[in-house]
Amino acid sequence: MRLYRSHVLVGMDTFTLLAGARKVKEHLIRQIEKRGLSDEIKVLETGSLGITNRGVVLLIYPEGCYYVNVKPEDVPEIVEEHLLKGRTVQRLLFKGELERKAVALPESPLDVRRQSRVVLQNCGVIDPENIDEYIGRGGYEALERALFQMKPQEVIEQVKRSGLVGRGGAGFPTGLKWEISAKVASEEKYIICNADEGEPGTFKDRVIMEGDPHRVIEGMLLAGYAVGANKGFIYIRGEYALSIQRMEKAIKQAYEYNLLGSNILETNFSFDLEMRKGAGAYVCGEETALIESLEGKRGEPRNKPPYPGTCGLWGKPTVVNNVETLANIPSIIVKGADWFRSLGTKETPGTKLYTILGHVVNQGVIEVETGITLRKIIFDYGGGMKNGREFKAALVGGAAGCFLGKDMLDVKMDYTTLKSYKAVLGSGAVLVMDTSTCIVDMLRCILDFFKRESCGKCVPCRMGTDRLYRLIVDISSGKGTKDHPKLMLELAQMMNKASFCPLGQSVLLPLSSAFKYFEDEVMEHILDKRCPAGVCKMGEK
Amino acid sequence: MVQNLANSKLKERREKILRRYPPKRDSLLYILHDLQDLNPQNYLTSEDVKAVSEYLGISVGEVESVISFYSMFSRKPRGRYVIRFCSSPTCHLLEGPRVLEELKKLLGIEVGQTTGDGLFTLEMTSCLGACGVAPAMMINDEIYGNLTPFKVKEIIESYRKKGK
Repeated sequence: MRLYRSHVLVGMDTFTLLAGARKVKEHLIRQIEKRGLSDEIKVLETGSLGITNRGVVLLIYPEGCYYVNVKPEDVPEIVEEHLLKGRTVQRLLFKGELERKAVALPESPLDVRRQSRVVLQNCGVIDPENIDEYIGRGGYEALERALFQMKPQEVIEQVKRSGLVGRGGAGFPTGLKWEISAKVASEEKYIICNADEGEPGTFKDRVIMEGDPHRVIEGMLLAGYAVGANKGFIYIRGEYALSIQRMEKAIKQAYEYNLLGSNILETNFSFDLEMRKGAGAYVCGEETALIESLEGKRGEPRNKPPYPGTCGLWGKPTVVNNVETLANIPSIIVKGADWFRSLGTKETPGTKLYTILGHVVNQGVIEVETGITLRKIIFDYGGGMKNGREFKAALVGGAAGCFLGKDMLDVKMDYTTLKSYKAVLGSGAVLVMDTSTCIVDMLRCILDFFKRESCGKCVPCRMGTDRLYRLIVDISSGKGTKDHPKLMLELAQMMNKASFCPLGQSVLLPLSSAFKYFEDEVMEHILDKRCPAGVCKMGEK
Repeated sequence: MVQNLANSKLKERREKILRRYPPKRDSLLYILHDLQDLNPQNYLTSEDVKAVSEYLGISVGEVESVISFYSMFSRKPRGRYVIRFCSSPTCHLLEGPRVLEELKKLLGIEVGQTTGDGLFTLEMTSCLGACGVAPAMMINDEIYGNLTPFKVKEIIESYRKKGK
């Protein structure tokens, strides 16, 4: 292997590609060639470097320095100054301590202390389209260990002992899910990776798949070995063009290395993997609806029980795991359950990916140990409130999540703690709102979402979401009555009890939390026909 | 005569897509995706529906019910460029509605309509997962983020040029 004096990593994700990352990379290669540095400097493509909204992002090693908003015309200067003369180009440098903390940056001493990157450890470090780089960083070691040193039951035990719970939203213990399917005697079993990431405000799974696709494949292989399944599907939303492309490439490479297919690594274990594309339906994130869709039907949820663990895809035992959940597995197998338990809180150990969005200085994805407070997420990692405005609320967990007010800033953001406050962590989306936001207007947006995405199978959800939307429109247009909030809560409570699947059941969460924290604001819309934030247009529909 | 020729060519291409997949029910979504992409007007025709139902051995009604369920499929002709504007809370919070108003003005249509020249259809979509650059929209397979009224104008103009 040739030794290079410098490595230039070009972050390639949906955002940087839009900003022209490919062009910048071509310019880099050309300029480096022109100056005869091709032997000394290597240009690599990598996944997201964790910095969004800052144009094309470069990371240059060994200095570990980040350049943002890089344009093709900046390239000669970077090559000339930094790579040739060793002087950093100050004007493009990503600096400021707060900002450095705000995003999930790899390998800076500050961040190693502050963050534990498990799932994202390779994102922004390796070339996601090259299987050798994943292997070079210890990839597929977990699979090798499992196949040669562990019985399937031992793999399950280890995952169970780690305390890992599903990262898709519901928080069901992963090991237990596997054990249920493992115990069923069946010739055919399936592993499904749920990559139908549709919860508003969530894009963590996309970052994983774009940055480290092989980690997801390895997680699925381990799940397959543990439960005795020989076939897997990745169900991915149709909109994720780059993730689809990277995952497909990774699958192809894994087949070439005999890490997929028959007799993997010359053992008796065989596993085939296929990609399946969705066609735009939020409800397909629900596991039984997803299975229906995989079978080529309308994505309507099934009656439970029986659960997919015993009777899923084509009536066979099926494990459905979220992308982030599966991406945790390889590390748990290599480093052990005790190591995993040493991270995060006692009840839900490990790390969690959060997407920080809205009125904050830095938007992006972070991976930190569970148990972080909302205040830390916003003010340490998100860089604080944008434009110096005051914090008003955060919508945590997406549309099917909860509004949290000021007094919740110091509550730990993990599955168990939030549950005790009747809130949820869900997918880990944190949408931050400042005082210019109108809660009634946000509710209107959320209820419109539920109305459109209700699949129509069960009456409470189909009729309920429509009624709720009309009632909130009344309030936001100054036509609400004193009885409106009570009526809406009653309706949402009924939907919570009677709806067929979590979609209809969870409408209650945003609604009741908004009414709880911001009752005065809602009542002002109703009694005074006035929107304190000046967002709702009174008298219009 | 020309019409007949075009029809037989279309039929041939349709057959080719069908044969790419095994005649099993779980191929349905994939076939529909491909058939729709084949059509410059971005929709599934009655002939498509009939051909799929025969190939997979399921009723026309079954195929129709699947098409109507998913927001990415259409049974009505759409523009060459389908604009899917994100309506998620993040985009809503970060000035999405203002950009949408500008977009409607630029195109001279409401949500759900197609422009007279057949170039654009405007649709709303749930979260595109591009919240890091909200507000965002998709035009066919391309994502556009950090939208402003000014930027939207530039984007539409570039597509208009391309479409001529």
